[in-house]
Amino acid sequence: MSEGKAKPVLEINGLTVRLPEGADREFAIEDVTLSVSEGEIVCIVGESGSGKSVTAFTVMGLIPKKDLTPVAGEVLLQGEDLLKKTDRQMRAMRGENMAMVFQEPMTALNPVMRVGDQIAELLEIHTNMSGTARKKRVIDAMKDVSLPDPNKMYLSYPHQLSGGQRQRIMIAMALALEPRLLIADEPTTALDVTTQAEVLELIKDIQRRHGMGVMFITHDFGVVADIADRVVVMQNGKIVEQGTRDEIIAAPKHPYTKMLIGSVPSLTPPAHSHPETDDAALKTHGLNMVYGRHGFLQKGRLVHAAQDVELVVRRGETLGVVGESGSGKSTVARCIVRLIDPTSGDIDIEGVNIATMPERELRAFRQQIQIVFQDPYRSLNPRRTVGQSIVEGPMNYGLGADEARVRAEELMRVVGLAPEALDRFPHQFSGGQRQRVCIARALAMEPKVLIADEAVSALDVSVQAQVLRLLRDVRERYDLAMLFITHDLRVAAQICDRIMVMQHGVVVEEGRTEEVYANPQHPYTQSLLAAAPGRDVDFAQLV
Amino acid sequence: MTDTNQDQLMSDSVLSQREDPGVLSMMLNNRAIFWGGSLLLLFALIAIFGPLFTADPAALNPIKRLKPPSVEIWFGSDFLGRDIFARVIYGGRISLVVGIAVAVIAVIIGLFLGLVAGYVRALDAVIMRVMDGLMSIPAILLAIALISLSGATLSTVVIAIVIPEIPRVVRLVRAVVLTVREEPYVEAAIAAGTRLPLIMVRHILPNTIAPLIVQATYVCASAMLTESILGFLGAGIPPEIPSWGNIMSEGRTYFQISPWIIFFPGIALALTVLAVNIVGDGLRDTLDPRIARKM
Repeated sequence: MSEGKAKPVLEINGLTVRLPEGADREFAIEDVTLSVSEGEIVCIVGESGSGKSVTAFTVMGLIPKKDLTPVAGEVLLQGEDLLKKTDRQMRAMRGENMAMVFQEPMTALNPVMRVGDQIAELLEIHTNMSGTARKKRVIDAMKDVSLPDPNKMYLSYPHQLSGGQRQRIMIAMALALEPRLLIADEPTTALDVTTQAEVLELIKDIQRRHGMGVMFITHDFGVVADIADRVVVMQNGKIVEQGTRDEIIAAPKHPYTKMLIGSVPSLTPPAHSHPETDDAALKTHGLNMVYGRHGFLQKGRLVHAAQDVELVVRRGETLGVVGESGSGKSTVARCIVRLIDPTSGDIDIEGVNIATMPERELRAFRQQIQIVFQDPYRSLNPRRTVGQSIVEGPMNYGLGADEARVRAEELMRVVGLAPEALDRFPHQFSGGQRQRVCIARALAMEPKVLIADEAVSALDVSVQAQVLRLLRDVRERYDLAMLFITHDLRVAAQICDRIMVMQHGVVVEEGRTEEVYANPQHPYTQSLLAAAPGRDVDFAQLV
Repeated sequence: MTDTNQDQLMSDSVLSQREDPGVLSMMLNNRAIFWGGSLLLLFALIAIFGPLFTADPAALNPIKRLKPPSVEIWFGSDFLGRDIFARVIYGGRISLVVGIAVAVIAVIIGLFLGLVAGYVRALDAVIMRVMDGLMSIPAILLAIALISLSGATLSTVVIAIVIPEIPRVVRLVRAVVLTVREEPYVEAAIAAGTRLPLIMVRHILPNTIAPLIVQATYVCASAMLTESILGFLGAGIPPEIPSWGNIMSEGRTYFQISPWIIFFPGIALALTVLAVNIVGDGLRDTLDPRIARKM
């Protein structure tokens, strides 16, 4: 797609943006040089803190000037230097010459304004169109992004739409004034995988039809493989490598790029040599969770978050529960840990049914099931040292302070952290390190079952690979039964022995990982696998 | 996990040491807290030690009735010839005692009820409906009713002001508890078998402290005002004990010929309430920036 003769829409030359004093590095981005031509999609890839978003926001003129100051370089949009524009000029250019699509469409849209009016507002500000002409243009723009029934949808509020529809509205809004440059900042990260595939397809399609330049920011190499013409890899505010999609993905030169691509989990499950045992550590039978109830005065709305879920996890094996948001996979996990009380059904731990056990008796069994949550920033009490967090559980069950401390030190070594760090507070750790602490906390209880509820989803891909390796290590070391909840089919392929696919609270398919991936039976599983970004490229094989 | 990886992680965790500045130094660096606090401290010292050096606030001197402020009698005298300066300083004791007592009692009761309402689902509706009921009672009316029932004493006044203040504290604490109880670290504590009282004290209570301190200052300021209003209406502290409210009340009839009787206690009340509110704002900004943005 990228031809040398295409006219560049955006040229960034030697752009450097200074961070406020006291930050962990001097520049947010340093000497960034890149260009986006007409009719091409340039992906900027990097992990958190790489400066990819700062680059995009600098182009849009949306960085807080007090904290972030561009100190060198130029940003040329169709030949005009944006850094020299006044606020008023920038306002006029945003929307008309360049537009942006954000990560979270729910917060980017005004919740109390009809979506059609929100698009029309843009036309009202930037053009002299009449009311009817505006409305017609908005409907056209909504048709352009394949929204069903635009006339009706014009009158909808954001909360009435699905995540994918909201993101389509955002794209329609960005395109309303036909800008030459579209900046998309992780536009599909908050979406489910099947929706993500549709939105990516849409962005590609629209870019082709309108011939605009697209700067696409992402952390996901799968997405890059699907959408990019050219790729720019950033690390710590600097560009480490750039080239065409094929150059970067097939033959990365910089070690960091190699490491990033090598860390993307393969969609092909490795050959498991897992012995089948009958030593079930955790079993559920007919597990149901229904939310809502018939109210006293109004008819209640019932939501079946989980319906007749049957699962077995044996010692030393990992069962993956895969599904999109709202599929009920987390509900199952929370029922099993008894953070919520299931409506009906059995949960057998070592042959004892704990599903309806009162809290007093349950206490003895809590020890045996531990959970690691998704968000490493919220799973540790910020006011307590990680040591205090780790010893809390064992001390609840009567372990002395000194013995608990010894156990905590040992576990810190197991999870790859220095035992001296026990006296630190969570804010002194990075996300991956915190997740290690959470794993140590769970292990301190000496559980039989470990539940990982999206435990690696919030982590950067390189850290994700390390934490996955750690989870696999501890499962073997302590002979744990692991229930691994995830939306990410790549991660699931790598760590799970068996897979269970959930949709709308129902288990639609279950089987050995290799078999499910090689030969999915249920249409939903098939669509999930087909939608996985970058499915044509086997990253791990490349490096 | 390879050894090199482990070494790197260990050194990482040593490197990422970031010390927060102490809460105390942050507070002293806040101008609002510094000036408001200094003013308040000054008033407190005057109220505590001032009466030792001034004339007897109850001493009558009919010859020097309704004298304007002068070098001799700083704030002038009232219709019985009593020294306004001495009375205002003595009245400061009442205001501060009522303000602080009401804030402390309302916070203690409100904190307990709020924790229970926020965490124990079954009691939530019951407690909150009772609080809604309490909120609908006007403080002044309740005070007048209580005082006519059990006589005007300092403790009746404090109780009468505390009761309508409690729901405000309960609502605040409950709101904090409701958000914190959903935090994964609380759920992790439940999964680790921590018992309910310990979860409350260890994981939930500390989150309520900052907003509570801020709320306490506002309760304190409003209690001082209510106490003065009660005194002014003659429903507060008995007239033989000088309080800012009843000094002003007694001066009301002489307002046109000797305005100083009302002016000085009025100024004292305004300055004290202002100082408390300034401290409250400063505390809010340093302790809880999140709430500061909401207000």
